[in-house]
Amino acid sequence: MGEFLASTWYTYNTLLYTIFVNGMLALSIYLTLACGQLSLGNAAFMGMGAYTAAILTMKAGAPFGIALIAGGALPALVALIIGIPTLRLSGVYLAMATLGFGEVVRVAFLNMSITGGSLGLNGVPAKTEFWHLLLVMGILIYFFVKLKSSRFGRALEAINEDETAASVMGIRTTLFKVWAFAAGAFIAGVAGGLNAHFTFFVSPREYGFEFAVDILTFAILGGTQTFWGPIVGSTILTLLPELLRFMGPYRLALNGLILLFVVIYLPNGIVSRDTFKKKADRG
Amino acid sequence: MEPETAFSAIGEDLICIGRVTVFLQQFANALALGSVYALFAIGFTLIFGVLEIITLAHGTIFMVGAFAGLLAVTKLHLGLGPAILTAMLAAGTLGWVIDLVAVRPLRKRSFHHLAPMIATIGCATFITSIAQGLFGAEAYRFPFDFVPATSYTLGPVQLTLLQLIIIAISFAFMVIIIVLLHKTKWGKAVRAVAENRRTAALLGIPVDRVYQITSFTAGALGGAAGILTGINFNTIHAFMGGPMLHRGIAVVILGGMGDIRGALLGGLILGFSEIMSVAYISSDFRDAVSFGLLFLILLLKPAGIFGRTGERKV
Amino acid sequence: MLKVQNIIKDFGGLRVLDGVVFQVAEGAIFGLIGPNGAGKTTVFNIVSGLLQPTDGRVIFNGADITRLPPHAIAAQGISRTFQNIRIFGEMSLLENVLVGMHRLFSYSPAAMFFDLPKKRTEEKLLREKACDILSLVNLEDKADWAAKNLSYGGQRKLELARALATDPKLLLVDEPAAGMNPAETEELMDEIVQINRRGYTICVIEHDMKVIMGICGQIAVLNFGELIAEGSPEEVKRNPLVIEAYLGKEG
Ligand SMILES: Nc1ncnc2c1ncn2[C@@H]1O[C@H](COP(=O)(O)OP(=O)(O)O)[C@@H](O)[C@H]1O
Ligand SMILES: [Mg+2]
Repeated sequence: MGEFLASTWYTYNTLLYTIFVNGMLALSIYLTLACGQLSLGNAAFMGMGAYTAAILTMKAGAPFGIALIAGGALPALVALIIGIPTLRLSGVYLAMATLGFGEVVRVAFLNMSITGGSLGLNGVPAKTEFWHLLLVMGILIYFFVKLKSSRFGRALEAINEDETAASVMGIRTTLFKVWAFAAGAFIAGVAGGLNAHFTFFVSPREYGFEFAVDILTFAILGGTQTFWGPIVGSTILTLLPELLRFMGPYRLALNGLILLFVVIYLPNGIVSRDTFKKKADRG
Repeated sequence: MEPETAFSAIGEDLICIGRVTVFLQQFANALALGSVYALFAIGFTLIFGVLEIITLAHGTIFMVGAFAGLLAVTKLHLGLGPAILTAMLAAGTLGWVIDLVAVRPLRKRSFHHLAPMIATIGCATFITSIAQGLFGAEAYRFPFDFVPATSYTLGPVQLTLLQLIIIAISFAFMVIIIVLLHKTKWGKAVRAVAENRRTAALLGIPVDRVYQITSFTAGALGGAAGILTGINFNTIHAFMGGPMLHRGIAVVILGGMGDIRGALLGGLILGFSEIMSVAYISSDFRDAVSFGLLFLILLLKPAGIFGRTGERKV
Repeated sequence: MLKVQNIIKDFGGLRVLDGVVFQVAEGAIFGLIGPNGAGKTTVFNIVSGLLQPTDGRVIFNGADITRLPPHAIAAQGISRTFQNIRIFGEMSLLENVLVGMHRLFSYSPAAMFFDLPKKRTEEKLLREKACDILSLVNLEDKADWAAKNLSYGGQRKLELARALATDPKLLLVDEPAAGMNPAETEELMDEIVQINRRGYTICVIEHDMKVIMGICGQIAVLNFGELIAEGSPEEVKRNPLVIEAYLGKEG
């Protein structure tokens, strides 16, 4: 029995780790979606976090915790810089700006020497323990629970539903959007740092537009009315490729179909607010 | 070949030219590059102006146009003119189909303002993935000497036949589209819908038809840009749409969203900025130039260079 | 209390407001009337900061608020409703009102995260107050409904409640009776008078002059972006320009 558990863990722990990291990424984009903004830069933010944390532990011998926080702080700072001019404007500008930004970051990773150029960073120390992932995810869930029933959560929701009406209610819409975007970048950066320290390498090819679309698909499939949606969506989509290996190069086509289908036929995603309402009614 | 290297190869010949020739030569190169950017961006901005959505599938349409043109040449042995028409027809049809399956269903009810954008990302991802499955990740080329390597000397400037063709065709299409929009019945209908869709509907303009025509036209322009780019750099691959989309977005924001003349000017500005940065700074920066311009304009003049302040819709 | 001074507003080449001037006195119910398309809503959009005027100024309690952003104007104590209802449909009625109370909350993100007493007392107190406001418009029994499930009239009332929740000094109400039958309209006008008695200054838009004749002390009439009359309901009703504007529209 014990042996069975050990071998199962050995086979599936990478998958489990990935589920947690993808869940964090889905939550990172959820924060911007929750105030009606679309960020296509969260893969790039994750990459920045991965490189920052890995460089700090590999080259500066920094403690893992510090490296992770720095890995979150740098993308958050960059998000503030991009967000302030962009988020003053109406809904669609952030998507367009982050699309180009992701490309710039990818090119930068490929061309800088500190990031190891096109080889990336190899031999990142194995620092991520499973309890790290549990702890970070626990903090995030706690945070989102508290956020939901607070003045901040309500403000984000109001902005999402009707930005003009929200501003007339005295909500500083730009401020909220910028902070939500930056906090999302922070989460993505930390997730990147955690990921780098269990895959042991950071490659410049992993953080491009395709992965940004992956992250978006996690959140949209799961639903963005509650924070459970992105967690559910990312879990399903992380498990799915294991089941759909036969699709080979067409795996991404599935992402496309999911996005299209969900937006048109299931606009609230798998987990919507009503999912909880019905349960409450039945209980 | 990796997609990254395939795309950075595009800049190589420009870099060489950039190092050895004078400013005026850069001018000609920039004009060829910029006019294709403008052609691409006009489709993008047309969709925004008329349908009021951002279509993130426009890069994919561009890629499909390039492949359609390539196949027309390599499989059907068509000449340049028919190949361009094939590319436009294929890309236009794709634009129309995307409108039909991804955008139209959303129009029928009230939707979140991000929904059409996400739906078009879905289309783009799907089509790109199919293209990758069919063609792999490698780059394809036109037959050797498809466009003869003739060049003409105009004073200090050398223009290749290819550059002349690209500039002439791009500008021809841009002139045609502007004339169509201003002189024909359908063009006037399109402009009326862009101005105010409710009033247009009241005036008896078939708004839905206008949307379909616009989607086809925009796609066709994207396809033309696709095949011209494919010939210009002589590389066609499944991922060529992404970098073009970034550029198109930068151009459209530069010129003011929904502004056709702005897109024209924006395309030329981006073409010049890229050529000059490659020539005088570094080729590594080329892909960052469009984002740099975009960020700058968002910072300083978000309504675009013509600065018609966009009234927020209340 | 509110002074609108020579407001000009152009959309593209079109002049929609041309030198609009009026004043709303503290404690009043002020009516802004005029045919459809006269520019009434545009006046509200400018006062509440959603649009910038091409020229002119808006003075509120002695301070120039002309180019302030909407949230800052809300903070000065101006709130409004919309002609085309704009409630937060997915949120509950209570949450809608709590959003209206946004600026009355002051606890920090840290207080939120650590569930500090300041957060808990503030939330408790203001939730109670939100319930009171809902009962003011007779919606307290539906407090946890999703707002989108309310009837049309209910949504109008909720919007009024949400605007009141910001604790405004001046309340701008845009065509509250639109889409309502005469009985509902009468009830609503009553509620507006009630709200006014509680000490709120009110500026109400209406295109049908008769509806607000009874409740307004002072009325301004807009036609094609120009102020054509201002005065008591009696004066306005007799004004030949007003009669012409309304007859011209009907005929
Ligand atoms: N955002 C806008 N852009 C362009 N025109 C507008 C805008 N808002 C209002 N208008 C025009 O301004 C005029 C006045 O509109 P409005 O203030 O809504 O009138 P009212 O509320 O008196 O019916 C109308 O002709 C309308 O079409
Ligand atoms: Mg109105």
